[in-house]
Amino acid sequence: MPVNDKAVGKTYEPTVYAVGREKIREYARAVGETNPVHLDVEAARAAGHADVVAPPMFAVVYCAPSVGPPIFDPDLEINFPMMVHGGQELEWGPLVVAGDEITTTAKVKEIHEDKGRGFYVFESISTNQRGEQVCKGTWTQIVRGA
Amino acid sequence: MGSMAELTPGAQIPELKITPDKHLTVRYAGASGDFNPIHVDDEFARAVGLPGRILHGLWTMAQVARAQTDAAGGPEHLLRLKVQFRGMGVPEQEVTVSGSVREAHDGTVLIDTVAVQGEKVIIRNAEAEVAV
Repeated sequence: MPVNDKAVGKTYEPTVYAVGREKIREYARAVGETNPVHLDVEAARAAGHADVVAPPMFAVVYCAPSVGPPIFDPDLEINFPMMVHGGQELEWGPLVVAGDEITTTAKVKEIHEDKGRGFYVFESISTNQRGEQVCKGTWTQIVRGA
Repeated sequence: MGSMAELTPGAQIPELKITPDKHLTVRYAGASGDFNPIHVDDEFARAVGLPGRILHGLWTMAQVARAQTDAAGGPEHLLRLKVQFRGMGVPEQEVTVSGSVREAHDGTVLIDTVAVQGEKVIIRNAEAEVAV
């Protein structure tokens, strides 16, 4: 069955994520971070940051509310039980710290089929409250038996 | 923080080793918001043909990221990271992240990295762009 690519280019409502100090610390502990700038406010301030610094991969936390709706958009007709997260690319700008508000907009970047598998590629652009781009994400979902 | 490791072409970054404990996937689910039952529910995972609950790919990617930021001296050094998820990671088995510098440009290096668990590659073809 050929993949339905009519949603390519579709964009979704922006979401706003308020970055909390304890959320950063919870995330940092879960991924085994040992750098004190992620865990200790005084250490973060001593290093010149306004508050604890989000580890780069915290991007998946502030992007999640924006990236969920496209992946689950019925227009894409994805066969969910056969879907796996095949690849991920993140490109970072200025660091994110507790107290920041991150606005993320997602779109369907590409849909194609290769050797019976459907590739669904989404793009997210995240900016902070100063309008600086803090992260660009490329999310690739692979659907077997497309 | 300054540069912690000599990041020149051919150099290996320090290996990162971490063993996710039995309940790590539950803590990561809470921390990340990804509560897909294949990561937190052994019974569900087995019912869909998995050996039991599996690691979140993005947790393993965070270990790949941490190997870069530890090597380079802080989170501000990691400019870009691209990975492919392959295989499945499981709790209670050591994960090893290793990488080497492929090429250097003006102020940045490209580092090729893999994450393995036992004999199994769980992240392959990871490419990091790191400011030095």
